[in-house]
Amino acid sequence: MLEKILEGPRTYFVWLLFLLLCIAGCGLVYLTQLQEGLSVTGMSRDVSWGLYISQFTYFVGVAASAVMLVLPTYFHHYKKFKRMIIFGEFMAVAAVVMCALFIVVDLGQPQRMLNVMLHPTPNSVMFYDMIVLIGYLCLNIVIGWVTLEAERHDVLPPKWIKPRIYLSILWAFSIHTVTAFLYAGIPGRHYWLTAIMAGRFLASAFCSGPAILLLLMLLVRRLTGFDIGEEAKKTLATIIVYAMCVNVFFYLLELFTAFYSGIPGHAEPIRVLFFGHDGHMLWVSYWMWAAVIMAIACLAILIPPQTRTHPTLMPAALIMLVAASWIDKGLGLLIGGFTPNMYETITPYLPTCREVAVALGVYAVGALVLSLLWRVALGVKKETGHYTD
Amino acid sequence: MNKSRRSFLKVAGISAFALSTSVASSLSATAQAKVAPGSYEKGASALHAKRWAMVIDTRRFLTAKDYKPIIEACHRAHNVPNIPDDQNIKWFWLDSFEHAFPDEMNEFLDNRRKRASYPLLCNHCTNPPCVRVCPTQATYKMEDGIVAMDYHRCIGCRFCMAGCPYGARSFNFKDPRKFLSNPVPNPAFPTRMIGVVEKCTFCAERLAVGQMPACVEASGGKILFGDLADPNSTVRKALAENYSIRRKPNLGTQPGVYYLI
Repeated sequence: MLEKILEGPRTYFVWLLFLLLCIAGCGLVYLTQLQEGLSVTGMSRDVSWGLYISQFTYFVGVAASAVMLVLPTYFHHYKKFKRMIIFGEFMAVAAVVMCALFIVVDLGQPQRMLNVMLHPTPNSVMFYDMIVLIGYLCLNIVIGWVTLEAERHDVLPPKWIKPRIYLSILWAFSIHTVTAFLYAGIPGRHYWLTAIMAGRFLASAFCSGPAILLLLMLLVRRLTGFDIGEEAKKTLATIIVYAMCVNVFFYLLELFTAFYSGIPGHAEPIRVLFFGHDGHMLWVSYWMWAAVIMAIACLAILIPPQTRTHPTLMPAALIMLVAASWIDKGLGLLIGGFTPNMYETITPYLPTCREVAVALGVYAVGALVLSLLWRVALGVKKETGHYTD
Repeated sequence: MNKSRRSFLKVAGISAFALSTSVASSLSATAQAKVAPGSYEKGASALHAKRWAMVIDTRRFLTAKDYKPIIEACHRAHNVPNIPDDQNIKWFWLDSFEHAFPDEMNEFLDNRRKRASYPLLCNHCTNPPCVRVCPTQATYKMEDGIVAMDYHRCIGCRFCMAGCPYGARSFNFKDPRKFLSNPVPNPAFPTRMIGVVEKCTFCAERLAVGQMPACVEASGGKILFGDLADPNSTVRKALAENYSIRRKPNLGTQPGVYYLI
């Protein structure tokens, strides 16, 4: 099946070339980071994690979201997702690859990263995070590849794959729960010390991940003619809107506890995120308000069934949903955790150009992995005539 | 391992020299004892405690200037670089009461305490979150209560910095050696490399050779250091006779640094 990555229209190869150039360019920037250390980033003593770790967190969510296709298909025998499920699994693979890279680029001594395995430390959540991410990566590669191969030969997938699929469903929940535990178990970071963190993470993952998938599937339909089917689209949109409602609800729960209790530690990070401090808005405050507006707007479009699958309104709503959840988890989560800092003062954080470039390089690697894997999947779908209804 | 190879070469070199100069027996024996692997036991002069702790009598420091010689002593003893931006390294530093003890909210705090500076350093907690979160055991608790760092194992993930509620940890964003004089202030203490985390060590290396921590020595009795488990120690006596506070005690970390205010 691997040979299918070499088949495709001209635009596919131009796209691959573009991605490779991006990776090379951003790779050069990463080399300067290796030379000069993380001083090239906007991070500081008080804001010691930044864009890299926040992107890692976001893409763990994207990876976990494949379960929103796998669970209905295998637990509820929902047939309509059958055709597109492989795309969700392969997207999870690309997302986990990105997660791993975001961790590597964030390390001060990346050549020592295997110390995590050489000195296994069961009291550290990061140890479990490594285990669950590697496990999830392997599960999705194996499940995706084996089921696709079976489809290609027009046979049923081997029996041994079933238990692995069920395991992957539980595993998907575990990866994002463990990622939330990285934050939620830390004393003294008020914004993170909340029992609902894992719930929020999962809710935000289960709306944003399928939204990204659906947007990409719409793009694939335009580019290649592969159609996931109207029914699948509708169901996925419904899943997305439920998850987004839960996501917003969970955030409102945070607001209630923080502001009704009146405990300054709980309220201060949220106040800083939305209103800045000393009467000055921080740059992230504008982003947070944009996220609020986009969250409301996307729900306004996605909740009424008439507009939920509208050909132009739905993509616009999904883009807003992805942007809103990205700002919440990809910016607000980290900045809110570190501001105010341990002395209850403000140390501003703004990613530098080089930091953004390195992050874009990781995005390009993810896009490359996704493009190659999806090319294989599309090739098989075409060969077996599973392209449209 | 590289180190043992180096040790071997050292021994081999010294032995060859010794043999050729007929003082073989005595010299090679001492050299071997010095570089033998596994010789981490403390020397006969080492200071021992079940739980090292520090009591800082902030009442006896009138201005921020009074802390200056202490900070300098610490930073000289540990080759702490002076980096002039927010990617800096801090082992022993000063901040206001409001920032040092943010939970002690009182807008009508008396002027003396409001204006005073308070020294901050690693608290060497009994229940240290940094040790709990470290994925490689690069930071660990020693049996005498000191929270130590292995700079050669640290991968620079900075989880400990997120975990520490006291902001006691610094990451080497830049190469620290570029910000140190040549030769470094204290050639006996290792300089750090770029990309690892560091912090105050309660001068474990000085205790091991029978010396009090550099800050304690430089304070002229204003900073006490001793065994918290020993009711007759100086720190226990000071705590029994004076009102003391610790930073953020509600987090359950059990800091080992006490402030008399």
